[in-house]
Amino acid sequence: MVMVDVRNVRKVYRRDTQEVPVLDGLSIAIDEGDFVGLMGPSGSGKTTLLNLIGGIDRPTSGELTVAGQALGPLGGRALAKWRSRTIGYIFQLYNLIPVLTAEQNVELPLMLVRMSGKERRDRARHALGIVGLADRVKHFPRQLSGGQEQRVAIARAIVSDPRVLLADEPTGDLDRKSGDEILELLARLNREHQKTIVMVTHDSHAAERAHRVVHLDKGVLSA
Amino acid sequence: MNLLALVFVNLGRNKIRTALTLMSVMVALFLFCALRGVLDTLQESIKAGAETRLVVRNAVSLVQPLPQSYKPRLEAIPGVARVAKSNWFGGQDPNDAKGFFAQFAGDDDYIPIYNDDVEIVEASAAPGPVALPRGADPRLAAYYAEQTACIVGRELMTRKGWKLGQTITISGTIYPGDWPMTIRAVYRAKQKNFGEQTLLFHYTYLEQKGMGGSGLVGIYILQLADPQRAGDIAKTVDAMFLNSSFATLTESSQAFQAGFVSMYGNVPFLIGLLGIAVVFAILLVAANTMVMAMRERVSEFGVLKTLGFEDGTIFTMVLVEAAIITLGGGIVGALAAKYMLAGVNLGFLPPLTIYWSTIATGIVIALVIGAVSGLVPAWQASRLVIVDALRRVD
Ligand SMILES: Nc1ncnc2c1ncn2[C@@H]1O[C@H](COP(=O)(O)OP(=O)(O)OP(=O)(O)O)[C@@H](O)[C@H]1O
Ligand SMILES: [Mg+2]
Repeated sequence: MVMVDVRNVRKVYRRDTQEVPVLDGLSIAIDEGDFVGLMGPSGSGKTTLLNLIGGIDRPTSGELTVAGQALGPLGGRALAKWRSRTIGYIFQLYNLIPVLTAEQNVELPLMLVRMSGKERRDRARHALGIVGLADRVKHFPRQLSGGQEQRVAIARAIVSDPRVLLADEPTGDLDRKSGDEILELLARLNREHQKTIVMVTHDSHAAERAHRVVHLDKGVLSA
Repeated sequence: MNLLALVFVNLGRNKIRTALTLMSVMVALFLFCALRGVLDTLQESIKAGAETRLVVRNAVSLVQPLPQSYKPRLEAIPGVARVAKSNWFGGQDPNDAKGFFAQFAGDDDYIPIYNDDVEIVEASAAPGPVALPRGADPRLAAYYAEQTACIVGRELMTRKGWKLGQTITISGTIYPGDWPMTIRAVYRAKQKNFGEQTLLFHYTYLEQKGMGGSGLVGIYILQLADPQRAGDIAKTVDAMFLNSSFATLTESSQAFQAGFVSMYGNVPFLIGLLGIAVVFAILLVAANTMVMAMRERVSEFGVLKTLGFEDGTIFTMVLVEAAIITLGGGIVGALAAKYMLAGVNLGFLPPLTIYWSTIATGIVIALVIGAVSGLVPAWQASRLVIVDALRRVD
């Protein structure tokens, strides 16, 4: 089954009166359970593509179907709801909320669904267990190392059991060792939990973890 | 964790800022309730006289006198039950020049007019048999027997620490000199709004020591047999003296008191304006603080939205956050006003009353401040485009 289907997508940013085409009729199909590495020079539109797949941005033209849902017809609220169920997002700079503990950060996506406080907490702890941070649930982000912060962010991304994980340079801000741990974790989520993963990276070492690597340059993809 | 808990965590982010905003709202609402309390107390004191009494004063102004010779002519008007002469004294306690209280001189008819409003609670024994004015409380015998005697309100007694039988000295400002007076009775107000802060003494004392036989008096107070005829009687009085050199203005004692209170300009209007200005200033301060607080969290809103938080949820969260700050400050400020200020002495007005309805209004205002001050940042946060919001961290 095709999990991510991007068809003939164009994305043009308008800067003043000038139009800057970033994606130019781009198409890609990603199968369920695949682990795709997305590479390309800075400014080539990797983040833009990831945002389109994740439904936090909309294409200028073209169509996206993710997890069987065509994104074009969805309105803002429906798209938000769809996102919370289907997509797990992992940022380069973790983007944890500094005033919340690890556990509370992971609970955030669950606050949008009706469930008891206890169930929310149990699920958050379970997710933190999967990323190996069962003993850090009460820590605040500033009390964690970068690698640990990124693992909390991954726990947050997987806590509502989405089918697709989108990671934008998840190891970009980490040293080699922590980076390797994060890559191993993503590989495991792909292998054992059947998550379909799209990971943007500048690092060919990181890209080796992916099943396949695609290159984005001048608005189009090449294998 | 739930959404409300998240709001509270956000409130704790910058505790000093939250506390300062809360306190500014608190002070504003404290002031608002205090000012409303003064206005309400004023209104109430004006109501105290009902229509059973009319006040006759000089048509030119409150400080111009009237001839004493008007008294029998006023008494002759049908429907007038009793006429008393009264004069504002305007003296001070030389030991406490700033502790304002009202003093009035009244003739023998003066105190019986207020029989329904005051009750004598303490009185000295009379030296011997005394001829009392019609309708006077027999306990006032000692007062009527002595020219330099006075009657003092219970609260004023407590405030000054005076004792029954004590001879006090008032220094005159309009009528200069030292005025020794002996306290021969203490009164209590039957209704709270009548006040217990006044000193009353004999008109003859003022006249002989202070006026040198001028034959003038400040005002007349008319007690009416039939309150329904107040309007007619007022017209009759003013018509009677229209072409004399001392034309009169007759008004209900409510209207008279209102005029008295606002003698120094439109005080109630000013008080009301002040209350609104304070509230409005704080509204702007709170709004500014909220906008700045939210600006620091733009990228976090981007993250929350990425996780699936809807625009409306973000909007509500910011709004509730603002409302909690202002509501908290509002409740504390309003209640503080109620418990700290109620009963405070306002000079010749009855003690300050702050109604529960004022507290409720204050709290609603605090909520409105919260809503309005939160509206702009809530709207901004909810309208953030995710990709732009996220870009601000990178
Ligand atoms: N909101 C925007 N408005 C205008 N231009 C934008 C906007 N977002 C992205 N761009 C432009 O689109 C191009 C692609 O940006 P994008 O962030 O997708 O690149 P990227 O491949 O992720 O780069 P990097 O490797 O540096 O993260 C850049 O030239 C960028 O300046
Ligand atoms: Mg990028």
